[in-house]
Amino acid sequence: MRYLPLTDADRREMLSVIGAKSVEELFRDVPASARLGTKIAGLPDHQGELEVERAFQAFAAKNVSPAAAPFFIGAGAYRHHVPSTVDYMIQRGEFLTSYTPYQPEITQGTLQYLFEFQTQVTMLTGMEVANASMYDGSTGASEAVLMANRVTRRHKALISGGLHPHYRRVIETSARWEGFRAVIGAADVDGLEDLIASIDKETSCVVVQNPSFFGHVRDFGKLAEACHAAGALLIVVVTEVVSLGLLKPPGEMGADIVVCEGQSIGNGLGFGGPYVGLFATREKYMRQMPGRLCGETVDADGKRGFVLTLSTREQHIRREKATSNICTNAGLCALAFTVHLTLLGEAGFTRLAELNHAKASQLADRLAAVPGVTVLNDSFFNEFTVKLPKPAAEVVEALAAKRILGGLPVSRLIPNDPSVANLLLLAATETATEAGMDPLVAALKEVL
Amino acid sequence: MSIKYSNEHEWIRVEGDVGTVGISQYAQEQLGDVVFVDVPQAGRTIAKGESVAVVESVKAASDIYAPAGGEVIEGNAALADAPGDINADPMGKGWIFKVKLGNPADLDGLMDQAAYDEFVKSLG
Amino acid sequence: MVQSLDRSQGRAGSIGSGSANSHGTFTGNRALQIEEPLIFEMGQAGRCGVDLPEPPKVKDRLNGVRRKGAIGLPGLSEPQVVQHYTRLSQKNYAIDMGVYPLGSCTMKHNPRINEKVARLPGIGDLHPLQPVSTVQGALELIDSLAHWLKTLTGMPAVAMSPAAGAHGEMCGMMAIAAALEAKGERAQRRTVLAPESAHGTNPATAAALGFVVKPIPANDRGRVDLAALKAALGPDVAAIMLTNPNTCGLFESEIVEISKAVHEAGGYFYCDGANFNAIVGRVRPGDLGVDCMHINLHKTFSTPHGGGGPGAGPVVLSAALAPYAPYPWIVKNGDTWQIAEDGAKVDGLPLGRLKAFHGQMGMFSRALAYIMSHGADGLKQVAEDAVLNANYVMAALKDVMSPAFEGPCMHEALFDDSFLKDTGVSTLDFAKAMIDEGYHPMTMYFPLVVHGAMLIEPTESQAKEDLDQFIGALRSLAERARSGTAAEDFKAAPRFAPRRRLDETLAARKPVLRWRPTNSFKQAAE
Repeated sequence: MRYLPLTDADRREMLSVIGAKSVEELFRDVPASARLGTKIAGLPDHQGELEVERAFQAFAAKNVSPAAAPFFIGAGAYRHHVPSTVDYMIQRGEFLTSYTPYQPEITQGTLQYLFEFQTQVTMLTGMEVANASMYDGSTGASEAVLMANRVTRRHKALISGGLHPHYRRVIETSARWEGFRAVIGAADVDGLEDLIASIDKETSCVVVQNPSFFGHVRDFGKLAEACHAAGALLIVVVTEVVSLGLLKPPGEMGADIVVCEGQSIGNGLGFGGPYVGLFATREKYMRQMPGRLCGETVDADGKRGFVLTLSTREQHIRREKATSNICTNAGLCALAFTVHLTLLGEAGFTRLAELNHAKASQLADRLAAVPGVTVLNDSFFNEFTVKLPKPAAEVVEALAAKRILGGLPVSRLIPNDPSVANLLLLAATETATEAGMDPLVAALKEVL
Repeated sequence: MSIKYSNEHEWIRVEGDVGTVGISQYAQEQLGDVVFVDVPQAGRTIAKGESVAVVESVKAASDIYAPAGGEVIEGNAALADAPGDINADPMGKGWIFKVKLGNPADLDGLMDQAAYDEFVKSLG
Repeated sequence: MVQSLDRSQGRAGSIGSGSANSHGTFTGNRALQIEEPLIFEMGQAGRCGVDLPEPPKVKDRLNGVRRKGAIGLPGLSEPQVVQHYTRLSQKNYAIDMGVYPLGSCTMKHNPRINEKVARLPGIGDLHPLQPVSTVQGALELIDSLAHWLKTLTGMPAVAMSPAAGAHGEMCGMMAIAAALEAKGERAQRRTVLAPESAHGTNPATAAALGFVVKPIPANDRGRVDLAALKAALGPDVAAIMLTNPNTCGLFESEIVEISKAVHEAGGYFYCDGANFNAIVGRVRPGDLGVDCMHINLHKTFSTPHGGGGPGAGPVVLSAALAPYAPYPWIVKNGDTWQIAEDGAKVDGLPLGRLKAFHGQMGMFSRALAYIMSHGADGLKQVAEDAVLNANYVMAALKDVMSPAFEGPCMHEALFDDSFLKDTGVSTLDFAKAMIDEGYHPMTMYFPLVVHGAMLIEPTESQAKEDLDQFIGALRSLAERARSGTAAEDFKAAPRFAPRRRLDETLAARKPVLRWRPTNSFKQAAE
C-alpha cells in the first residue's frame, strides 16, 4: 500500500523492541467482543490512483458544472474567477500540510498570512479588529449573535427578513438549544423592512444583511444609531464580499460586528464548502470575540514575529467558560482569500466590484424586457430578484432541462410560503457573458 | 487594619467598612506574567464567593472570587494599562477592587497571615 | 519619503533594523531564510496582480450607498505575490517535511490524489443550490462517504454538515438535548460527565448548551474510574462525553461496562472521535454502545490540516438519536438522489440546521478518495501501523524519558516530565530544543491530568528509519537534559528556526492584531 512505509520486516523488528509477539497483543485493552474479526463489509481492498480517479470522474460526469452551462446562481455562494496563483499557493505543502501554528518559531508563514488576512478584513469592513476566520459566514453570524449576548448581557436577537434563510436557520437553531430568543422577521422581499420600532431594552442585537438576500442595498446608519441608543449591537452580514469594493463599509454605518462569507475571494463554489467566514468588530469588544487571533510581537533577538494571542478566551484554556467551543478556523481558505485579494489590490478589487455590478445591471435590463418578468429591485450589487408569472421552481427545472443554470427559486430556501413561490433570485459576476445571457433570455421567453 | 486570605488565594485588607481585594504573592507566581485583568465596575453588588474578576496570563485565566460580599466602590483602573502590577506588587499597586462590606461576618473563616502561610506550605 | 519608511519595516538592512543584522549579512537574510515584510509594506499604487477588462458603462443601482474613501489595499504584481507567499511558506514546518508528532492531531500523510479529485470541474466547480437534477453525482458522492462512515463505525445514521470536530460535538450534544426534550427530561437531566483528561471543547460545548459539566476522575491506569462514574450517575445525568482511545493514548478497557451503566441510568454516550485513527477498521464504536461520535475527517481520513482548518466533523448517530439529525441529508428516491432540506416533510424531529448549504464537500471528496485508496485491507493496516509506531517510540524511549502509564498504548505515547525533575529543563524547553533538531514538537501540557505532559503521535505515515532518527534525537536531548548542565542551552532554544522564542506576554498585553500605517512611522522614529 503506497501510503504505508512499514515493511513486514520492520514490523517484526519493532515488535521485538516492544517485546510483543504480535500487533494483536497491542490491542489487548480492546474487549474481545468489540474486536472486528473480519474486514469491513463491502469495501474493496486498496486501489491505485488511476482507479480512484476513474471513480471520481464517474461522479463528476453525473453533474452539470457551471463551467459548461450558462450560470446565474448566487444566494450566498458566488462563482468568480480565481487566479491560478491562488490554487498553486494553497497547494504548497508548507501551507497545506501544516497545522495550527502552536509553535510560532516554525510557523511564521501561517502566522504572517493570518496577520495580513486580519488586516485586509478590517480594511474591507471598516472595522478595528478581525479574527483569523470562522468556518463560514453562516456559523460566523451565529457566533456574532452569541457574542452580542455576552457583551450586552441580554438574550433577544432581532433577525432581519433580509438575512439569508440558511443563516436565519443556523441562528434559530443556536437560539433553540443555547437558550436565547431569536425574533425572525418575515421575508423582506422589497427591502423596506423597518426594524427600529422592534428594538427594546431586552434586545442584544439586530442582524441585517447588505446587500440583502433579495439583493437590496441599504445604508444602516439610522438603524445603528437606534441600536446604540437602546444599548444593543448592530451586526451586519455580507454574503458577497466583492460588494465591499463599491459599497460603503459596514463600519462606516456604525456596525458593531461585521460577518462576511469570504468565499467569493480565492475560493471556488465547491458545492457549498469549505468556505471562510470573516469576523470583525470594535476594539472594545476584542476580548469577547470568538475564534483565533494572531498578534504581532518580537522574538528573543528583537525581530518582529507573530503569535496566536488572547488564547485565554478559547476552549483549550477556558474550557466551560470559553467564548465559544470553536477550536479551528478556515486557515487554508483564509490563505486563498489573502492571496487573491493581494493579487487584486486596491485597483483590481475595485474594478472587480464594478465589473460585477455592470454585468448584473446588463442582466437585469435584459430580463426586464422579457414579457412576464418583473425586476423587483431598485437597488442591487450583483444579484437581484425577479417576479415570474408562475412558480419559479418549475421555471428553473425547465431551464435546467435546457442545460441553463438560471437562478435560484426563492421557494427552495423559503418553503411553504406562497408569497415567494414566483420569485427567482439571479446573480451575475464577472464570469457572466453576453453569450451566456442570450440563451437564458431566449429560454425564458419560451418557458414563461 | 488586618489582612485575611481565602483558600482561593485572594487577600482582603479591611479599613473601616471598606475591604481592598487582590491576589497573593503565591497566586501571582502560579499564574505567571499577567496580561489582562477584568475588574468589576463600581456600583455592582456582589456576594461572598461570587466570581467578580478575571486575571489572565498568557496560558491561564483565573477567576477571582469575592472573599466578602457588599457593593463594589472602585475597580483598579490602572491595571488596564499595567496588568504587570499584579506580578510586581500583588499586595500593593496590584489591588483589584474595593468593596463596601455588606456583612462583616463574611470575614469569619478567612485565614490570617500565619494560617495562610501554613496553607501555602501545605501545597508544596 | 513616506514610502521608503513604510518599506523599511520588515526588510532588514535598511532603516531601524540593526538588531536583525547580527549575522553579518546586509539583508539580514540567512541563505534560504529570507526576511519578509508584510504586503502592506511592499505595495505601490499602480501595480496590480490581475488584468480585468474595463467595465461596461451602466446606470448605478447602488442606492447612493457608495464607498467614499480608499480601502487601503496594497498593489503588487503577480511575481511579487508569488515570491512573497513562497518565502512565507518556507518559514513553516509541515507534514511534507518530516515527523510531525503532534499528539491528538493525527498529522498523517496528505495524498495529492485527494487534492486532484476534489478539484475536478464536475466536483469542485458546482453551486450548492443548483437544481438537484444537475448535481446527482455530487449527492451520490456524499452518500457514498456517509455509507462508509456508517459502516466503519457500525452506526445507523450520520449528520454530514458539521464543519469541524467541535462543530460536530455541538451537533451531537444538540441531538442529545433534542432526544431528552422529546422524552420530557431536558429540564431534569442537566449534568454532563466528562473525564478531567477531556479535550477543552467537550466542557465548552456542554456548557454552551446549558449543561453543567461534572468531572469524573481517572484511575491510576489512566482510565475512567468505573466506580466513581457509577457513583456519579443518576436521574440528573444527560450524557457522558468520553474520548476513546482516550487523550492519554489508552483504550478505555471498561468501555462496554461504562456505556451500559450510562444507558441504564437513562443517559447518552457521546464519544469524542478525535482518536478514531487508532481503531479504524478494527473496532466499530457502535459495538461499544456509543450514541454519537464526531469524526474529524482531517485526522483519520487525511484531509489536509491547512494551517488550522478547514476541517469537517460528520457525526454518526445511534438509532436513538437518528431522528434528531439536523438538515440537510441525502435521500435516494428510486434512481434519483434528493436533498432533505428545511421544511421538507420528514420522519423524526430534526434539531435544526448547523451551517449554510450541505457541509464541507471539498473535505468529503478527499476523505472518500482516502477510504477508496486504502480499501478494507489498507484501513485496518492504518490502525495497526499507527499503534505499532507509537508503541515502538514508547519502548525506545522509556529508559530515558518517563512514560505516564504502563503500556501498551494505542496510537500515541504519553510521557510526563518526571525525567526532567531537577534538571532546570521544562517540557517547553525540551520541545523547543526539538525544533533545532528539525522536528515539530509533540503536543505539550495536554492532557491536563499528567504533569508536564508530552503526547507523541507518530501516525502510520512514518518509516521506521525516520522514527529511528527521531528516537535518537529525543534520546540525545533527554540525556543532555539529565546531565544537569544544559539548562541554559535548552532555555535558549530554538536557535536555528526562522524565529527564536516569541514574546507572548507582550503580544497579549498590548494586542496588535492588524497592520496600521502608523505602526511603521512609530517604529522608524524610535
